[in-house]
Amino acid sequence: MEITPSLLALQLVTGIALGAVYALLAIGLSLIFGMLTVVNFAHGAFFMVGAFIGLYFMGLTGNFWFSLVLTPLVVGALGLVTERFLVRPLYGRGIDYPLLLTFGLSWVLIEAMRVMFGIEGIPSSTPPELRGAVDLGIGFFPKYRLFLIFATAVVVLALWLFLEKTRYGLIVRAGSRDGEICKVLGIDIARVWLVVFGIGTAIAGLSGVLAAPTRAVNPEMGIHVLAESFVVTVVGGMGSLPGAVLAGLLVGIVFSLTSLFAPDLAELSIFVLMAVVLLLRPQGFFGKQGLMS
Amino acid sequence: MRPAFEFVRRHRVAAVMAFLMVFPLLMPYHALAINILLFGLFAVGFNLLFGYTGLLSFGHAAFLGVGSYLTGIAMVHGGWPWWAAVVLGVASAGVAGLAIGFLAIRTRGIYFSMVTLALGQIVYYAFYKAERWTGGENGLRGIQVPAVEIGGLRLDFLNPVTKYYVILAFVALALWFVSRILASPFGAVIEAVRENDRRAAACGYDVARTKLLVFVLSALICGLAGALRALHLSIVPIDSLHYLLSGQAVMMCLLGGMGTFFGPFVGAGVFLTLEDVVTVFTKHWMAVVGGVFMFFVLFFPSGIWGTLVKRMERVR
Amino acid sequence: MSHTPANLRRRRIVMAGTAVAAAPALFNIARAQGAAIKIGFPVPLTGAFSAEAQDQVRAAELAVKEWNAAGGHKGQMAELLVRDDKLNPGEAATRTLELIEKDKVNFVVGSLSAATQLSINAVTKERKVLFNSISQSDTINEAKDWSLYTFHEALNPHLTAGAVGRYAFPKFGKKVVYLTADYAYGHEMVRGFQRAGAGLGVQTLADIRHPLGAADYSAFLPRIQALKPDILVLCNFGRDLVNSAKQATDFGLKQGTKIIAPVLLYTSRQAGGADAFEGILGGTSYYWGMEDKIPSAKKFNDAFRKAYGGSVPSDYGALGYAGIRSVLQAVKDADATDSTRVSIALRQLKYDWYKGPQFYRKCDHQSVQSVVIVESKSKGMKDKNDVFNVLAIEAADEKNLRTCEEMGHKVTT
Repeated sequence: MEITPSLLALQLVTGIALGAVYALLAIGLSLIFGMLTVVNFAHGAFFMVGAFIGLYFMGLTGNFWFSLVLTPLVVGALGLVTERFLVRPLYGRGIDYPLLLTFGLSWVLIEAMRVMFGIEGIPSSTPPELRGAVDLGIGFFPKYRLFLIFATAVVVLALWLFLEKTRYGLIVRAGSRDGEICKVLGIDIARVWLVVFGIGTAIAGLSGVLAAPTRAVNPEMGIHVLAESFVVTVVGGMGSLPGAVLAGLLVGIVFSLTSLFAPDLAELSIFVLMAVVLLLRPQGFFGKQGLMS
Repeated sequence: MRPAFEFVRRHRVAAVMAFLMVFPLLMPYHALAINILLFGLFAVGFNLLFGYTGLLSFGHAAFLGVGSYLTGIAMVHGGWPWWAAVVLGVASAGVAGLAIGFLAIRTRGIYFSMVTLALGQIVYYAFYKAERWTGGENGLRGIQVPAVEIGGLRLDFLNPVTKYYVILAFVALALWFVSRILASPFGAVIEAVRENDRRAAACGYDVARTKLLVFVLSALICGLAGALRALHLSIVPIDSLHYLLSGQAVMMCLLGGMGTFFGPFVGAGVFLTLEDVVTVFTKHWMAVVGGVFMFFVLFFPSGIWGTLVKRMERVR
Repeated sequence: MSHTPANLRRRRIVMAGTAVAAAPALFNIARAQGAAIKIGFPVPLTGAFSAEAQDQVRAAELAVKEWNAAGGHKGQMAELLVRDDKLNPGEAATRTLELIEKDKVNFVVGSLSAATQLSINAVTKERKVLFNSISQSDTINEAKDWSLYTFHEALNPHLTAGAVGRYAFPKFGKKVVYLTADYAYGHEMVRGFQRAGAGLGVQTLADIRHPLGAADYSAFLPRIQALKPDILVLCNFGRDLVNSAKQATDFGLKQGTKIIAPVLLYTSRQAGGADAFEGILGGTSYYWGMEDKIPSAKKFNDAFRKAYGGSVPSDYGALGYAGIRSVLQAVKDADATDSTRVSIALRQLKYDWYKGPQFYRKCDHQSVQSVVIVESKSKGMKDKNDVFNVLAIEAADEKNLRTCEEMGHKVTT
């Protein structure tokens, strides 16, 4: 097989586009873990819910952009309810309980989508403004995936601005560093955690609506995605946002390049990567050291 | 009530056996009953690590799967007699436990769970790709045990009730073994490690070696469950190695009660029966089972059996 | 808190225990008693193929109803025992064990995946119960898995891929790339295509394996783009096909390359939509639109429409119908209800239930049948069911199957 530089370049771009979706997913997961020390096993399910709700709004209004804004709000609201009534009672009982609860929650969410939208899933199509492929010089690449890369960059920037430049972002960062001191300083840490959980799930929902035009939308789509999100979050470091972005891109590129040279080992390769990272440097790229049960 | 309870507690293995011996008479679905035995054993083996040592592994399906596959491969490709194949299956699971455990115990907390997930998935892909031996996605077929010969007695293994009692014999042995471990001084060390492994180390116990040993014992038990499952179903499905099955072990332990001996068994029984019964009434069994599970996590974290035990204890 | 007197507590425990013990009896009552002819029907009612499975159930129930309405067999009626195998081979084996041991079924028909049918077969053949499989697999007919009680009503990958290849290769070109789901079924499809193409000078540029169930195929598409094949064969099934078709379209692969798929499911086409499937051609065991060419298809469609409010049967649905009807016909022919005699009768059966003449090959009990080549349409659709154009029907011919010797059978009659 001929590997030309332009093929490699196109494969790289594909990897970055893949990585953008991974990064968004990992950001949500990492945020929730970093701030709340909760492993959200329902993350893939929120992603799936976002895809369904996104398509529903698109069908209702005919407008992709409207749906893009509304869907994360709806999924985030679902996340708020989840945190307030299901996760909050479990704080202090150890790291396993919220994990187990969200595991059960994922089953309920999957079935809920089946009931609401049917077992087959709903057909999705690319919004007309973003349809078609562009000739990048190295080959044809779908316009929509370029948009995905752009959208991810925007979200990451917005999140960074929020955390670094706003007062509330400062509170969130302080809360993750030391919740006790924040309480002493008079900050309602429970409210902060609620908001963070909501943001994390909203981002998951956003990844869902962004991913919907590229793949089949069905109730089982989140299961696969969950394992991949964990790989990325672990590699980047649980609790680290720059880590999630970098790791997302890395995993996307690794997957893409392995697919070129040894396609049947591509999926195995990301789990090997995860195992290697965990054994040599468990906190990943930028994770908090000493984050244990 | 109390003296009876104390009696049951002290002779817990015998009590469990008494119940399991009459079980097939209460339960008309024998294939389900055998599944409960096998998953009960799987959950008990898993619980050795989870409930008693405090290590949440998400890759335990690897040991069930290795036990199943090696037993199957020995019989289908090697023509081994079933009992030799079972021994091989169990031993292989122990070896896998040694290998995975050795790597996994280097990490702690949530990273331990994640690394067991990753290692478990690697085992899954390895077996998936080795199509010639394992059948890949089609599974390993052709595991046939028409009869079991013990002494001069020939038991018809195709008869579901006979099959149940043969498997029960193995399960009973394994449960007795686990009970002995837990009641021994080593069992106390295990629980000390769960409570606070730093303190246990300060007291002079070799925590790493303890964890590794429990890992291997747990793998052996789960491997036995897998080996017997291969004989029961006549096939080894590839999803025996998938993390979703590992997740089911966690659910069963939680539903039944993690810190108790009999709890995981109850959890397995409830989980499997719930799945089966709910399927008769609605096709939305996933929502029901998921909902029940969440309910338990929130309100009955000690599980069914664990809560019962606690209630009994409070009756003093 | 526990100030309730001891005997009240004891009573509660006893009542709870009785309820638990009685529970199995509850769902016992739901089963019909009597000398009915029971057919176990394990299919994946939940999971990725639940839509197809539910269609299989509907069509199977139609077959049972028709047979019963015609008087059954000497007054004995047939009964369908539907079970959910959750698309999981371990679960399928358990359900089959219960159907045989507890429900004492006479026969088993069912399955909707290669892995589940093989596991059902492993259980039925050991217990000498007739099993008629209604989903695709090359393996089930091979000597290792097969038994005298194993029948295969559905198409197999070799036949399907071969038929599509024989139609498409002469028309569209010789340079072929395969994007294959990495499991036995995918490999079997590729083998079928390559065999059919061997005599036509077809060249395999690449056979790219993707993980089963992959959602994103973008990593494989640049290479395919670079290879510039005449034909891209999407050797996967169901949702994988929907995803890969969509993404191949997004990457602009349809310009200059013809995309074909070995199996075009009616439900996949509905789920994927007209855009993704535009111009894609493939094979199927049945498409309702055949009714203007095949009289038995019209008869079947009309009966289905009447029973189910105007809906038309899908490809897998039709298999459910045929699988049951063949077995019940064999019961009449054998004048018996035990698996051994019914199997012998089934071997001799010649039938035309819904798509033209069919029979079971003697050496491996594979139903020799036609393959329909369809192309997805996006314009001129008369209604929401009108999604395919029938391009050709390859007639039933034993020569298109692999030989008995190749499959390991020593006895060919």
